[in-house]
Parts: sequence; structure tokens; C-alpha cells
Amino acid sequence: MALNVVEGTEERDVRGRGIASKNRRRRGDGRTAAGFLAPSLGGFAIFTLGPIIASIVVAFTVWPTGGSPTAAGFSNFVRLFTSDPNFIQSLKNTLIFVFAYVPLNIVVSLALATWISPRIRGQNAYRVLLFIPVVTPMVANAAVWQLALLPSGVIDGIWVSVFGVHAPNFLGSPTYAMAVVVLMSLWQGLGYNLMVFVSALEAVPESMLEAAAIDGASTVQQFFQIKVPMISPAIFFGATMTVITSFQVFVQPFVLTAGGPGNSTSTLVMYLYRSGFLFHKLGYASAIGVCLFVIILVVTGIVFLAQKRLVHYE
Amino acid sequence: MSRVDVPVMARKTESLKAREKKRRRRGYLSQVLLTLFVIAFMAPLVWMLVTSLKPGGEVFSSPPRMVGSQVLWSNYLEVWTYVSFGRYMLNSFLVSVVGTTLVVLTSLASAYAFSRLRFRGRDGLFFVYLGTLMVPQEVVVIPMYLFMTQLGWVNTFQALIVPWAFAAFGTFLLRQAMLSVPRELEDAAKIDGANHFMILARIMTPVVKPTVAVLVVFTFIGYWNNFLWPLIIVNDPEHTTVPLGLNGFIGQGGGQWQLIMAASTISMIPTAALAIALQRYLIRGISLTGLGGR
Repeated sequence: MALNVVEGTEERDVRGRGIASKNRRRRGDGRTAAGFLAPSLGGFAIFTLGPIIASIVVAFTVWPTGGSPTAAGFSNFVRLFTSDPNFIQSLKNTLIFVFAYVPLNIVVSLALATWISPRIRGQNAYRVLLFIPVVTPMVANAAVWQLALLPSGVIDGIWVSVFGVHAPNFLGSPTYAMAVVVLMSLWQGLGYNLMVFVSALEAVPESMLEAAAIDGASTVQQFFQIKVPMISPAIFFGATMTVITSFQVFVQPFVLTAGGPGNSTSTLVMYLYRSGFLFHKLGYASAIGVCLFVIILVVTGIVFLAQKRLVHYE
Repeated sequence: MSRVDVPVMARKTESLKAREKKRRRRGYLSQVLLTLFVIAFMAPLVWMLVTSLKPGGEVFSSPPRMVGSQVLWSNYLEVWTYVSFGRYMLNSFLVSVVGTTLVVLTSLASAYAFSRLRFRGRDGLFFVYLGTLMVPQEVVVIPMYLFMTQLGWVNTFQALIVPWAFAAFGTFLLRQAMLSVPRELEDAAKIDGANHFMILARIMTPVVKPTVAVLVVFTFIGYWNNFLWPLIIVNDPEHTTVPLGLNGFIGQGGGQWQLIMAASTISMIPTAALAIALQRYLIRGISLTGLGGR
């Protein structure tokens, strides 16, 4: 990839009309560039690129906290997949979370975006309100959900006055705990895709919808046959970002259920954290991180392939 | 078109009028339903606020009540002393402000280099930057932790700030903005003998200000809300940030939920205010770049 940029950019800079003649100096701006890049590039090499490479290296070691590493070959990975039920459970939980959360998020935020965009007064206010949980600290968001769902909390109180019996212990039951984590995450995160979809919908030409309406297309038809295809790049983009971030789910189950009851809401990142900082197996934890990254890469790749068939670009 | 006769036209306008009326009626209904939905959506935040004003003994009152026997604004004072919440807020502000400043300054410089300077290996290097955008923070926390122990940075502010200040996101975002700035703007300055630094400071930066605002919003929110990394690298109250302090507060038991809710409410104010104040930039950032702002 190391291109010879000194010659290469001249044709490439489409916008740089007339620079070709001005920049005949063959040296380029090497020295100036070094000055401008130094702070960013130095930090990037040390704190971004270095740790990424190191995460792979560390994954192939046994490295107890405070001790020194020994090479371990593939043993961390072999153990993860063959003899660590906690890892398999966390992987399963993460997949369940992703498969429940991503479609729900897309459907709900798309529905809301469609609902809010046309003739709603003060639509900005609605959007901003729905967006607030996206930017507030996840720990605070999860805290109030925990408080509300505690066995004597407000949900239980309402349950008693409506049904006359106590509510199930949502956070303490393996059946409901994951559903609560998904629901809370949906509440917390849907504002982001909502914003993406609203701006995409605003770009759909009004005349197109009017023409369809005059031809007798119902609202539902307009939605599925015009709006959805028109904004499919935004839907694809939202889906990709949501898939990537949902594989990293950590704070919601950490605060709400601490991964419990039992292991029922433990996720990959939570298990990574526990392996590294409770069980002090840093090499093992890093191997979990590498697995997480590979999974994200593969799934994103699949989404990209699907995009070719499903997304309508003009 | 020319063959449409008058009665058909009349019928069409009539039906359009009826449809318009129907649409308007549906519009009102839709507005009411949406308002109800948004109120329901805000319920957790409302519950947070009302709980934060209750006397401690009435948090779990049954049946649940919105307002307790007293409205205790003093809970908001008590939380500053009950835990070192003021300290956490200061720490979070320090980390977020310094981190954001660092990100903006280094990203401006490197984006300028990538968009306006010619040097060997530029495109290859930029490609490496782009490649790292895909890697989530969670993947690198282990080596980062090891690195911090080597540097002796455990329980320091620099450990909270520096490791995430050089991500490729800012460089990428600002480079894209700078590429679309017409070169004519700089040409006059160049003829007047301005150097690259002056061009960046006096011409480029003002032009790409909206994108800088996008970067500021995303970066500040990212630092303010980060939880996993402070959880790993900090375990003393001197360096505890707000989310970490809140988590400790929840975990320490004692059931002071009215104070926890007061602390939660306070913790939301800076980023919520920033998002509301700069919503224009946030929306722009989300729709244009599609990255960041998790």
C-alpha cells in the first residue's frame, strides 16, 4: 500500500484545480507533513496501533496479572471453545442479545422515524427527547431501570394494583433477565438509529410520495415501496453500526444483573472483563477480545454481502 | 393528460379534498398518540427525577407514588457529601475537556496533513488509520492495561485521557471535511506568504468549524460516558469518574436510592445539555459520517 504519493496525488486530487503546475517541487511537503502529523501519528502508533497488535500477541500467551508472560500457542483459543462452558454461555448470550436487539431496534426506530417525520408539530422536540438516553451515562440509565424492576419497585407496585399479585422477579429470573437487558438497551439505544432514519426520510422527495398518493398508493404501500427502498442505504448503515455495537454489550447487564442470575446474562465483554480483572488471566482475556473482533468482522462481512442484494443505491 | 374531461377533474379535486381532511384528522390523532408514546418513553427518566426528591423511607412506598410526603431538594445537596460526587464530577469534567481538546488539536493537524500536504506513503498511512476504526475499545483494553502498568499510569488522569485521544476517528472526520474545502481559499493566503500553520489556523479551521463541533460533541460524550476503561484502570476516589462513582454507589448497598437517583440525574445534565444545545451538529454528524456516538 505504500504508494508513491509525491507523483500519485497530482491526478488524484480532483478538486485541486491548477495545483499540478504550482507544485512542481518534487519533494512534496515531507518535512511540514512530519511536523503536522507527529503528535497524532506518534500517539496513534503508541496508543492505537500498538495495542491492537499487542492484543493479538498477548492472546497467545499465559499472562497472570503482575507476573510475566509465557508463550502458549493456540491453547487459550482451544480452551475457550472446547472446555470453557462459561465462555460458550457468554457467547450464546451475546448472540441471543444481538439477534433480539438489532431487529427490534431497526424496526422500532424505523417505525418511529416514519411516524415522526411527516406532519407532526414540533417534531424536533420529540426527536431530541427520544435521543436523550443515547447520550446520558449508561450506568445512570441502567440504575433507574434496576430501581424500577427491583422486587418491591414501582413495576411491582403497579403490577400489584393491576393484577392483585406480585410481579415476577424480572432481574432475578433466568427467563426474564435477558429480556429486560434487551428492552433496556432498546430504550437506551433506539434514538441513534431514529436520527439516522429521520434524516434519510427527509431526503425522500415529497413529489414522489404525492405522485404515488394520487395514483392511489396507500400509506402502507408508500412506506414499503417508496420510503424503504429509498432509505435502504441508511437502514443498512444503521444495521451495521448496531450490529457492531451490540456485540460489545457490557454496561447494561453489568449494572442490571451483574451477568446473573447464574450466567444467564453474562456477555463476551463481561467475561473478558472478569477473566482479566477478577481471575487475573490477561492472556486468556485478550484471546476473548480477539474472538470478539473476529466475530464482529465476520458478521459485518455478512451484512455487507447482504447489502449488495438488498440495498438500493441510485 | 389532455383527454381528462372536466367532471373527472372535479371528482378528483373533491376526493383530494376529502383525503386532505381525513389526513388532517389522522394527523391530530397521530400527534396525540405520539405524545403519549414519548411520555411513556420518558417514564424512566421521570421516575429517576421524582425518586431523587423523595425522603429515603418512601422510595419503595406501596402503592407507588409520584411525590413523597415531602419534596426534598436537599437530596441534591446531600449527595455531594454522602459520596464524593463533586469530586467525581470534577474528575469527569477534567478528563472529558482535556481529552476533547487533545483530540481536536491533534486531529486538526493530522487531517490537514492528510488532505493538503504531499508526502511519501500518505495514502498507505491513511489506509492504516482507517483500518483501526473497526477495532472496538473492548478488544484492546487488556494490552492497554498492561501498557499502563508499564508506564506506572494506573490510577492517573493521563491513563483516563491519553489512550483514547489518538483514535483515527477525528482525523478521518476532519480530513473528509477539509477535502471539500476549495483550494482557492488558501491560494491568496499562500501568495501573501502564509505558512501551512497559519493556513490551518486562520483559514481551514474556521471553514470546517461545523465538523469540529461534531467531533467535540461525540468526543466529549464518549469520554463522559466511558465506563469499562475507568473500571479497569482506576480504583481510588481521587480519579474516579462519574459513571464509575455511580456504579460504586449502587454497589455499596445501604439502599440510598433517592441519593443514587439524584446523582444519576446530575450525571446526565452535561451530556444531555450538550446534545440539546448542539443537536444540529449531532444530527449532521450522524447523518454525514455515520461513525462515532455510540
